[in-house]
Formats: sequence, structure tokens, C-alpha cells
Amino acid sequence: MLIDVHAHFYTERSGRADWRSVNARRLAAGERVGITAHVASILGSWGHRSPTYFPSPADVTHANDAMMELQRAHPGLVFGYCLVNPNYTEHALDEIERRLDAGMVGIKLAASRRANDPLLDPVAGAAMERGVPILHHVWQHRRRDWPGQEASDAAELAELAERHPGTQFILAHLGGGGDWSHSLRVLREHGNVWIDLSGSGVDTDMMHQALEAVGPARLLWGTDVTMGTGWGKLRYLESLELERPDLDLIRCGNASAIFPEGAFDGAD
Amino acid sequence: MALTDVATFVGQYPYRHLEQAVSTDWLLMQMDRLEIARAWVGYLPSMLHKDPAPANAALADLTAPHHDRLLPAPTLHPGQPRFEDDLNAAIAMGAPAVHLYPQYQGMDPAGGEMRVAAAALAVADMPAVLTVRLEDTRQRHPADLSPELPAAAVRALIRSDAELHLLVLHADRAFVEEVHFGLTPDEARRVLWDISWLWGPPEDHLGILLETVGPERFIFGTGMPLRVPDAAVAKLDLLDLPASQRDGIEGGNLQRWRGPSG
Repeated sequence: MLIDVHAHFYTERSGRADWRSVNARRLAAGERVGITAHVASILGSWGHRSPTYFPSPADVTHANDAMMELQRAHPGLVFGYCLVNPNYTEHALDEIERRLDAGMVGIKLAASRRANDPLLDPVAGAAMERGVPILHHVWQHRRRDWPGQEASDAAELAELAERHPGTQFILAHLGGGGDWSHSLRVLREHGNVWIDLSGSGVDTDMMHQALEAVGPARLLWGTDVTMGTGWGKLRYLESLELERPDLDLIRCGNASAIFPEGAFDGAD
Repeated sequence: MALTDVATFVGQYPYRHLEQAVSTDWLLMQMDRLEIARAWVGYLPSMLHKDPAPANAALADLTAPHHDRLLPAPTLHPGQPRFEDDLNAAIAMGAPAVHLYPQYQGMDPAGGEMRVAAAALAVADMPAVLTVRLEDTRQRHPADLSPELPAAAVRALIRSDAELHLLVLHADRAFVEEVHFGLTPDEARRVLWDISWLWGPPEDHLGILLETVGPERFIFGTGMPLRVPDAAVAKLDLLDLPASQRDGIEGGNLQRWRGPSG
């Protein structure tokens, strides 16, 4: 079993004419790589009608509708994160409740509000109550604000994780660019934060240092928008002298443990 | 076709410690694992040296015991007086190409010094290797303020001498397209691109470029040790290319780019 904990899909509102073929290419490449579960979100309208990282409530709802359709269209293969914008608390909590009731398996927070902001507390609380993880978009050491997102780094996510020790957080795309060694230093002591290895960054030392910092029990495999780099990192991990059980934790075991029990039954 | 990797390095990187890199042993171990027959090897420390000659000599020493597999690709600094001596040294050590890092060497990447170097390289029938970026902008060291290589510089240099050959490393899709379609077919034939920074599916940048720019313009490169070499192989595996195209990318295009004498 191979679980991609960080996948994305597109809709007709994503502002690109090729959205269907991009979705199809993800599934086709996943088959080639051997992905048995794509855990995915749709980031609103991807900037077409509201900013990618500040999606409007209408775009959030539409994206989650589309994500549910994909999950239903590919049972046992595609699993949805419920996207929310925490600036709209009531809408976010309503989305979480009804999407998880409908079968989504996690919550996706992009970069609409800093991770350590109190507005994220209700979302983190809901995640704990429902027993689902939060995948949080992270900038690997944020030295300043960048346009288009209110990004958070590992230190800020760690503050939220400390306030919610019963919630499981996934730090998104360690390979997503930025100072990953900074993130790894922050996360050593935060046992309720897992790290996904997705992203276009394929720095050779990244995997070695991640294994050293948090061990295989807190690493998750994923791709994000570049599946070639994801597969490359998986192949590199497989070339290291990891015990097979440790490698299986990264491939699927850790994901199976932090997502709702039985979420991936039938995904093998 | 024996797989050739045109984008490898040894030596320590100035901006962060490389635990796995530095040595030719590590490089050869990765090459064996991925069945890479030969590699063009640059020397990371030399990109910041005012005078790259001592580092080039060190690179020659490092690669000499493995001359059948590791081909030294030393660094030229065209702003240095008598840089032609370093070019001659590169020829003497059997270099298949030389690296130029104008953005790290404080030079206008298409300025007078680079054009003089381009002419000298063309006369010597020595290709130049230009690197768009070594690391993602988001993870650069705060002191690494060097700009990325502009696409305009590649266009200007290849137009500056009709015999110059350029290998461009670590370009993304937009960069490749801007240069390729901004050149005449004859000019574009003298430019080769490594695949290490081009995205695979689902965006399929590499696949699209193979269709639009042509498979003969691309060559296998990993960027190791800065980048995990498996990613470049994975990207090719995801494409399911015809054998002839894959052979070209794995080495045949390199021979065709340089002609019968290359």
C-alpha cells in the first residue's frame, strides 16, 4: 500500500481549460507509481475567483463539493480533505461537520490565517473531536510575509499543536521549498506533528535529516503538485538501509494510524 | 546507450553543509545504483572563487582516478585576467565542458566579459555550462542574493557566436520555452537542456516540452548531490517514452549536439 497524503485536483472553476486532463494525469501517474490512496484537496478556485490561499466561502464549498464527487467517483482510491478558510469560522465548522459526515477523512488548512492565531482553535478542536488530521500548508521558515498567502512556518504550527495536544497535524511539503532543516529542528519535540515529504524540493540531505530528526514514525509520503519528485524521494528512501517496517510506516503505516480508523480499507 | 549525467557536482556547497556529498565515492555509489555510466562533474566550491584555477586542479585530482566515468567540468571566471589559461587547462584535463556562473562571479551574464569568453570557447570547441539556479529561491541562504540566470542572457550569448554550444542546467519550463522559441532553429540546435528541474505529471512540463521543443534538445541531468538523483530517473519512467527518445535523452542527444567530433 502507498498513500499519498498530499494530492490536489482541479475543477471547472480552476481557471484552466485542461483541468480534467490534469486530474486524469494524476491518477494515471499514480497507477504507474503504485499509489493506492490519493488523499487530496482542491484549493478553492485556485485563484480564479478568489485567491488560492484565501478562498472565499463559496469557492470552499464548491471545491469541497467537487472533492466529494471525486471521492465518490473513485471509491477506495481518492479520499478528500475538507478545505476550510478559518476566517469564516461558522462556515468552516459547518463544512467540517457535513463533509466528514459525508466521508471525507481530514481537514486542509491552506494559508488564510497564521497557524498560531486563535481563530484556528475551533478548527483544531473539531479535528480532535472527529479524529481526523489537519494538513497545514507551511512555508519552511518564514522570514517575512510573501504576497498571496498568510503563510506559517513550523514554529507557528508547533504553537497550535501545543495548544491542541490531542489533534494530529501534518506539516505540509517539507520538500516545498524553504529552510527544511529549520522545520526539522522545531519539530523534534512535537509528537503530534507529522511531516509530509511532498513538494518539488528534492534536496539529498532532506530525507536523511528528517529521519534523524523525527524518525520514520513521523514521516508521511506525498507528492503535492509534482509527482516525479515525490516518486524520486520514495525511490531514494527505498535505497537507504531502512528496515522494511520503517519504510512501510512512511509509505502507509503512519497515514493509516492518524487518519480515521479504517479510512483506507479497500485501498490496497 | 550508456546513461550520462551532465549535472553532477562534488565538493562542499558554500551555503549549507552537504552530509552526503563532497566525495567522488558517494557520487560513484549513486551512479552505480542508478546505472549511470558517466558523469560530467562540476566542483561546487569553485563557483564563488575569485580565481577558480586551484579548485579546478583539485577537481582534476578528484576525478582522475575515475577518468573512465567522471569527466571533470571545471569553472571559468571570464572576469579573471588570463582566463584563457584556465580554458587551456580544462582542455588539457579532458573536460567535456566548462561551467560559468556569471551570477555568482559578479558579471553581467550577457556582458562583455561573457561574450569574450563565449568567443574563446567557440574557437576552442568547448561547450559552456550555465546554471539557472542551484537552489529553490525559497530556501536560499540569506546571504545568497545572486540573481537567477536570465533567459535573455542565454539568447544573447548563443547569438553572440555562431559556433558556441551551451548546456543550460536547472531551467524550468517557462525558461526553456522563452529561450527556445526566441531563437532561430539553427541557434536553438546549439542549446541543450538538462531535465532535472522540469516538472513531471500531473503538470507534465517535461512531456509537453518534449513535444513542443523536441526530444533532441534534452539531456539527462540529476543535479546531485544538491538534488536526489532518483527524481530525474522517475520523471523519465513516468513518461514511457519510445526507446529512441529515451536513448537520446540518456546520451545520444549529447553526441548529436556536439557533432561527430563531440
